[in-house]
Amino acid sequence: MDVTRVRRTGAVFALALALPAAAPAHAQDAAPAKAVPAASASPPDDGEWAMPAKNYASTRYSELDEINTGTVRDLQVAFTFSTGVDRGQEAAPLVVGNTMYIVTPYPNRLFALDLTQPGAPLKWTFDPKPAASAQGVACCDYVNRGVAFADGRVFMNTLDGQTIAVEAGTGREVWRTKLGDINKGETITMAPLVVKGKVLVGNSGGEFGVRGWLTALDAGTGKIVWKAYNTGPDSDVLIGADYKPFYDKEKGKDLGVTTWPPNAWEIGGGTVWGWISYDPELDLIYHGTANPGPWNPEQRPGDNKWTGGIFARNPDSGQARWFYQVVPHDLYDHDAINELILLDLPVNGTMRKTVVRPERNGYVYVLDRATGEVLSADPYANINSSTGVDLKTGELAMVEAKAPKMGKVVRDICPTAPGSKDWNPSSFSPRTGLLYIPHMNLCMDWQSAEANYIAGTPYIGAEVRMFAGPGGHRGELSAWDPVKRAKAWSVKEDFPLWSGTLSTAGDLVFYGTMEGWFKALDARTGEELWRFKTGSGIIGQPIAYRGPDGREYVAVLSGVGGWAGAVVVGNLDPRDATAAKGFVNAVADLKDKTTKGGTLYVFALPSKR
Amino acid sequence: MSSPCRRSASLAVLAVLALAACDREEREPRGAPVGESGPGAIAQGTLYAGEPSPPDPRRQEYEGNAYHLAQGKQLYVWFNCGTCHANGGGDIGPPLMDDSWIYGDSLENIFATIVQGRPNGMPSFRNKIPETQIWEIAAYVRSMSGQTPTAASPGRNDSLNAKPAEQRTPKAEPKQSTPGGPQVEGRQ
Ligand code: HEC
Repeated sequence: MDVTRVRRTGAVFALALALPAAAPAHAQDAAPAKAVPAASASPPDDGEWAMPAKNYASTRYSELDEINTGTVRDLQVAFTFSTGVDRGQEAAPLVVGNTMYIVTPYPNRLFALDLTQPGAPLKWTFDPKPAASAQGVACCDYVNRGVAFADGRVFMNTLDGQTIAVEAGTGREVWRTKLGDINKGETITMAPLVVKGKVLVGNSGGEFGVRGWLTALDAGTGKIVWKAYNTGPDSDVLIGADYKPFYDKEKGKDLGVTTWPPNAWEIGGGTVWGWISYDPELDLIYHGTANPGPWNPEQRPGDNKWTGGIFARNPDSGQARWFYQVVPHDLYDHDAINELILLDLPVNGTMRKTVVRPERNGYVYVLDRATGEVLSADPYANINSSTGVDLKTGELAMVEAKAPKMGKVVRDICPTAPGSKDWNPSSFSPRTGLLYIPHMNLCMDWQSAEANYIAGTPYIGAEVRMFAGPGGHRGELSAWDPVKRAKAWSVKEDFPLWSGTLSTAGDLVFYGTMEGWFKALDARTGEELWRFKTGSGIIGQPIAYRGPDGREYVAVLSGVGGWAGAVVVGNLDPRDATAAKGFVNAVADLKDKTTKGGTLYVFALPSKR
Repeated sequence: MSSPCRRSASLAVLAVLALAACDREEREPRGAPVGESGPGAIAQGTLYAGEPSPPDPRRQEYEGNAYHLAQGKQLYVWFNCGTCHANGGGDIGPPLMDDSWIYGDSLENIFATIVQGRPNGMPSFRNKIPETQIWEIAAYVRSMSGQTPTAASPGRNDSLNAKPAEQRTPKAEPKQSTPGGPQVEGRQ
């Protein structure tokens, strides 16, 4: 722990409390009242965007400020590019050097665009040719959340379960490693993260009774260095001498076996299809584990370890350091795979190294990232299925009346299966100290049924229909203060938000809506300052970068889809309220608002001549 | 040595593979006439060379029979069709209650789709479901878009009651015109 910093911040914090009138004089070093990104995980901005989360702290914040609250009204399209694939575009574009890299949903084409030339012409295309049948085992549209760049290579995952290294300069394949088996329902949709020469990759398929894992591949050769399963015996989970969880409930031998009915862990889920962060100082990676399978909880009595939680692991060995199960014995498909933002912030006057997680179950969790202790968990959305988290035991208190029961329709459960928010990541601005959370306001009816395991087909055992929550708006962008543990402001949206947010030093927050609007808000007030209508709904992750000409650019992929946009991309029939696991019922009108697409939009201020 | 070859040669599909390894002088008997070689030979388009073949007699047997349709509805759930197609509105797989058909809407087409699987993610249920039951499921799939006689179609739902039962589903006029159709690029 950084003792000097703790002391200093403690002192200033006390001072600020005692003498509010003296604030202006101390305004600059009054920083302790605000959260700051973990320093070792958020180096100064180089104007590039080399990983989807921007940095290991996952702030998705750009220090560029040419586009700001004063100039943003002049923002205009600089160039566009059609990906040729009109499925859900969830990826973040990357910019390294003078090149932009974008990856499409299945068939997972990778494009390199030359930013030095007018209109950013195509430099090369890499076509991995994944198996077409993989489309049948992708639960929620065949998306891809982005690629990673390191040491002159681009690392990408394909829907049919491969990780591929491509030479960044030429688009030539360097190696490919087959990791998943589509016949078991395994796919890969997550964006890899490169840490210390290792490419971290996890599987998808929690709706197919797969067994979840995270693996590390040697970036040079593609060979597996380690693989950690999230169910099964400790030796498979990589739980050993280093494992020191904070809570007693996470302790015990082979809990990945004993907290399940016999052999159920073998098809128990706990996939890793979301985000990974890394703290170089503590030398720990953080990743979530997805829902247990099947959804029907009565088929898997027990805590179902190690699903629905957060692991801290050593990046070299994969050995677990701590685990916190956010949703023991998950009742609602609440994958715990959302973004993990590494922030240092004052808790009761003491600076703590934390990991902040806006969770699917509707709470913003703040955990000590060295120990896994829950420091706070506060609702940011409408919740009626749980009442809160006991900070002593880390236990989430569930509402019995909202628990699924076989043979019974349980009505009006909030939040829904995709949660108050799903995978689409928040951003954090150190200037405002606020976390910008894109989320939803939906509730659902749920009926459990006996799930039948047939390999390669979904293993769910529940019928769901979703609808708008109280107030009728289905989406919301909330600016959350992790120190005050409260919303600073929020903006309602008609449709659920399925895009990520970007925040910048221009004090702007960018995000897209499912109708296709790309918007810029004032990061301090939430006031909308600019909007642009793209060709299709936006569910991607906006980024900002400095072009070869020195100017600031903002880029986003437009193309509706994902679970939320399944009604449009699959042309589903809203007469059936359970279509797309019930999501169609909540967004039946989306077909009237947008159509499929797949286009990159890049914006800049008009160049001065 | 020649007997395993002969046996395999009689299994039409394996014949090509097996023959390559067998006596090159051996002659393959002619296959069954095209019209009789089972659902595997069902046309998926609406364009015929010459006269179209007469409809399969099983249409009447399965589609007009309340028992078969009710069985089909249950089997649709048991074999996890509903986990990919929901109660007809679609999910991973396309809707089955609407008027769009990629691979054909006839009972034989649907039978073939279930047995063979389809390239963009429809699994093959070959040897997994007995043939009679596949006909029942296929007939039930037709009832989802109101193609079967109302009197025979299932009248109630066991599920969340997510949509009106098949009996009350208006008949859709099937169109073999799903935009894009089956493509190398994926189902669009
Ligand atoms: C793993 C998911 C999955 C399962 C399980 C599944 N399907 Fe499909 N199904 C698909 C997909 C994906 C397609 C589209 C395939 C394509 O376009 O190539 C499809 C296509 C079809 C079609 C063709 C529709 C058309 O427009 O021509 C029918 C009919 C069908 N499925 C029926 C069934 C039945 C009946 C079952 C159960 C026996 C079943 N499916 C199980 C995913 C699935």
